[in-house]
Amino acid sequence: MNFITSLIVPEIYYLFLAIALMIQSCGDREWKPDVEKWLPFGALLGLFTTIAHYHAHGTMLYGTYEVDMMSQFFKIALSFGFFVIVINTSRQPTLADEKRADYYMLLTFSTFGLMLLSSCVELITIYLALELASYSMYAIIPLRAKSKGAAESGVKYILFGAVATALALYGLSYIMAAQHTTYIAELATKNWHFSDNPMAVVGLCLFLGGMFFKLALFPFHFWCPDVYQGASNETASFVATMPKMGAIVILVRMATFLKPGLEITTLLAVLGACSMTFGNLSALAQKDLKRLLGFSSVAHAGYIMVGLVSGTPEGLAAAAFYALAYLLMNLLVFWIVSRVAVDGRNLEFSDLNGLYKKAPVLAFSLAAGAFALVGLPPTMGFMGKFFLITSAWDHGYNWLVIILVLNSAIAIYYYLSLFRHAFTEEKGVAEHPAPDNSWFASAGAGLLAAAVLIAGILPAPLFNFAIAAGKSLYGIVSTGTH
Amino acid sequence: MDFGYPVLTLLIAFPLVAACGLFFIKAAPVVRYYTMVVSLIECLLAVPLFQYVPNAEFQFVEKIDWVHQWGLQYYLGVDGISILMVLLTIAVLPLCVMCSWTYIGKREKEFHFCLLFMTSSVLGVFCALDLVLFYVFWEAMLIPMYLLIAVWGGDDRRYASLKFFLYTLAGSTLLLAAIVAFRITGGTFSIPELMEQSFSFRFQFWAFLAMALAFAIKVPMFPFHTWLPAAHVQAPSAGSVILAAVLLKMGTYGFLRFCLPLTPAASDYFAPMMIAISLISIIYGGAIALGQSDIKKLIAYSSVGHMGFVTLGIFLFNLRGVEGALFQMLNHGIVTGALFMMIGCVYERSHSREIEDNMGMGKYMPAYMFFWGLMALASFGFPGTNGFVGEILVFVGAFQENTWIGFLCVPGALLAAAYMFRVSLKMAWGKPSTAAGWKDLNAREWIYLTIPAVFVLWIGLAPSPFFKIIDPSIDKLLNDFDKRKVAHLEAEQPVKTAANDIFSVFAVNK
Repeated sequence: MNFITSLIVPEIYYLFLAIALMIQSCGDREWKPDVEKWLPFGALLGLFTTIAHYHAHGTMLYGTYEVDMMSQFFKIALSFGFFVIVINTSRQPTLADEKRADYYMLLTFSTFGLMLLSSCVELITIYLALELASYSMYAIIPLRAKSKGAAESGVKYILFGAVATALALYGLSYIMAAQHTTYIAELATKNWHFSDNPMAVVGLCLFLGGMFFKLALFPFHFWCPDVYQGASNETASFVATMPKMGAIVILVRMATFLKPGLEITTLLAVLGACSMTFGNLSALAQKDLKRLLGFSSVAHAGYIMVGLVSGTPEGLAAAAFYALAYLLMNLLVFWIVSRVAVDGRNLEFSDLNGLYKKAPVLAFSLAAGAFALVGLPPTMGFMGKFFLITSAWDHGYNWLVIILVLNSAIAIYYYLSLFRHAFTEEKGVAEHPAPDNSWFASAGAGLLAAAVLIAGILPAPLFNFAIAAGKSLYGIVSTGTH
Repeated sequence: MDFGYPVLTLLIAFPLVAACGLFFIKAAPVVRYYTMVVSLIECLLAVPLFQYVPNAEFQFVEKIDWVHQWGLQYYLGVDGISILMVLLTIAVLPLCVMCSWTYIGKREKEFHFCLLFMTSSVLGVFCALDLVLFYVFWEAMLIPMYLLIAVWGGDDRRYASLKFFLYTLAGSTLLLAAIVAFRITGGTFSIPELMEQSFSFRFQFWAFLAMALAFAIKVPMFPFHTWLPAAHVQAPSAGSVILAAVLLKMGTYGFLRFCLPLTPAASDYFAPMMIAISLISIIYGGAIALGQSDIKKLIAYSSVGHMGFVTLGIFLFNLRGVEGALFQMLNHGIVTGALFMMIGCVYERSHSREIEDNMGMGKYMPAYMFFWGLMALASFGFPGTNGFVGEILVFVGAFQENTWIGFLCVPGALLAAAYMFRVSLKMAWGKPSTAAGWKDLNAREWIYLTIPAVFVLWIGLAPSPFFKIIDPSIDKLLNDFDKRKVAHLEAEQPVKTAANDIFSVFAVNK
């Protein structure tokens, strides 16, 4: 067994971070310094560590664990997400004091699991990493003090999650039986036509179901709005972003054997189309912001399918780029949700009224986030969608592209409502506390908004990274500049 | 032409960068003066554009790689078709600032930010030579316009702004699909390069439909016009001015820049339909305008009619028609912009836009009525004004094409005269309601009405410099169009099969 420590420095770092938090959570309650005081620095160091290892390349553990451009791309995204979420949760009003260290430990373990997931290229390893990432999530969702809804959503997430992973495991056994291997690279060379190999295709469908659950793709999305609504705002920002990145990286890897025209690819396209349409139509009717974001994420899961089914390195790169855009946009919007709901309540549209006056930077950032989610230029959301459309057009799924375009038109209405309430409605609800207008809240929102805008105006560097990652999956040697 | 600095980029970027400066200013009067100065500097920055050499080439070209992997370029340039629109946009900005001097009572800073942002993005639309860059500017314009209507608009602003946003964005998502299709088929996003290529009829058929819908909504052509009266009536004066003067032009500019050169065979195929819709727009717009009691609504519906002349001229595919269309674009911008500013003037005095509440001004506001009269004459194409030049060219083009088309335009012109006379007579000599105490134009109003008035007479009496600028580009456009159209007709007999292909776009196309 080959084990190269230098390849997995970021993973080891996160493991140690999790262990440190575990020690703190087991220790004295008076233990100083408080976890919020040191963990942001720890997370920032983790981000730097990951960035510093972006060029790492190699295979280990009997070829089950591959460190390549794609995995490093997602690891950087995950580290960045973790850093933002740690900062965001540092003022979580609905978390009991004695549970803080435990909460962060679980967050860190989940992130560690997701980082492992980015590098797994073998189905059993993927399954293990996925479970490591999931168990922590099951525990943190109900951690919302004095909220019955939180417990309910926790139970929902566990039950749905258990069913989904059971399905995935069942599917895995079918794949193993039919194809005699669990390595993605070998699976890619096998026959995936339903008529030739029905058991394998059924197994793959079931296995993908586990990923779809994490991604909240139709019809595995039912947990999503409920869990967002029940979990605290800050926890929801984690659930909404990080596990999805994990699911996307696996789907991107597995998409290398999804050729256009295969039954399974068509199935993905159909699910994508349903996901966009159901997500957007359901979101139209929502009043609770987190439920709205939940349904919107169902729609976004559908958008990502457009890149996956195209069967080209560009398509995978577009999906990876869109995943990053999705991460940034959602972190931004959830940051604002958390800062507006200073008492940790669930927000409704009316809570945003007059935000431009009370917290102009938050309002401006919300506008950037909302327009990015719509896909309006010059934001990252637009570039992401544009890359998806361009990569998928003329590869057999033009109808899917058209559905994406039409869905973007539907989605305008509810995203515009966010903007409309923040900027054009004057009267706020008096009894609620004012939004957090501190420099910390503004700076966080402003920086994330700037990232969404800058990556929209100048997407080339990020996209070059993504395309190098996409090509690496197809075995095309790429320098990262062309 | 090399000025040692990127002229167009500076024109586009300056208002946006300057707009950010507004955030550091607190007092409302300072905001106004600052924006005024910015708009005047913007006019100065446009001076190098007068070095434009009247030929059919794109000039002041700037080209930088944007996203290499996807072939996106930051590619700007102007030709005879776009340079007048660019100048119009820049000229309208200071007028907008002046006409909102006392009109905007709240959130001045944001208002002026929106104005500047808007100018930047509209300039970008007219200068972009890369399809995606064009689309970016095209969409970016929506946000400030939405805010202008939704925040500073009238009582029904929420409905109007939402309608405007949803209509235009829904249309332009299809434009995005068309843009991507061009890239996949033509291999580039660069408009000049795509102009050199020819596409299959089936492709053109679909691309034309997708683009035409986006442009028709923006123009707006019947039956996609319903957002326009709502938006115009609710928008503040400056919003209406920008909407009428430059925003609607983006639609007709789209037809000229994309539909004719990129999809010539499909444009030819759909021309009868487009002409029919244009004629309906002309007559419908005029007839509805005749029945309005709200002056602003009247002018808004008259825009539907006037823009109908523009699209008619474009789809006649002859020199006179397209010349007329371009002139009408410019004229409509000047005249309707001025009319909306004048409605703003009178609204500040009477706080009503109803004709009944604004009657009998002739005695008390002679200067105002002079300008109104001039603009009204220009609006229905009275000889000696700019409206005449544009309209007569479209007429000539229409008669050249087909006598019936020419005849069908006539009621439109008559209706325009009827509604303009009706409203002008009432405003000048109707029974005074509250007009007795009103003061005539002040110095600021004099300035912002004199400038368009000068252009009305200049273009009306001596249009030749303008012809000199636009003619080479139009010649090239039409020559290329004819050549490509003929080539297509010879190469394939596709017209009948194309319509049967409706579902073929869904087919797997490996």
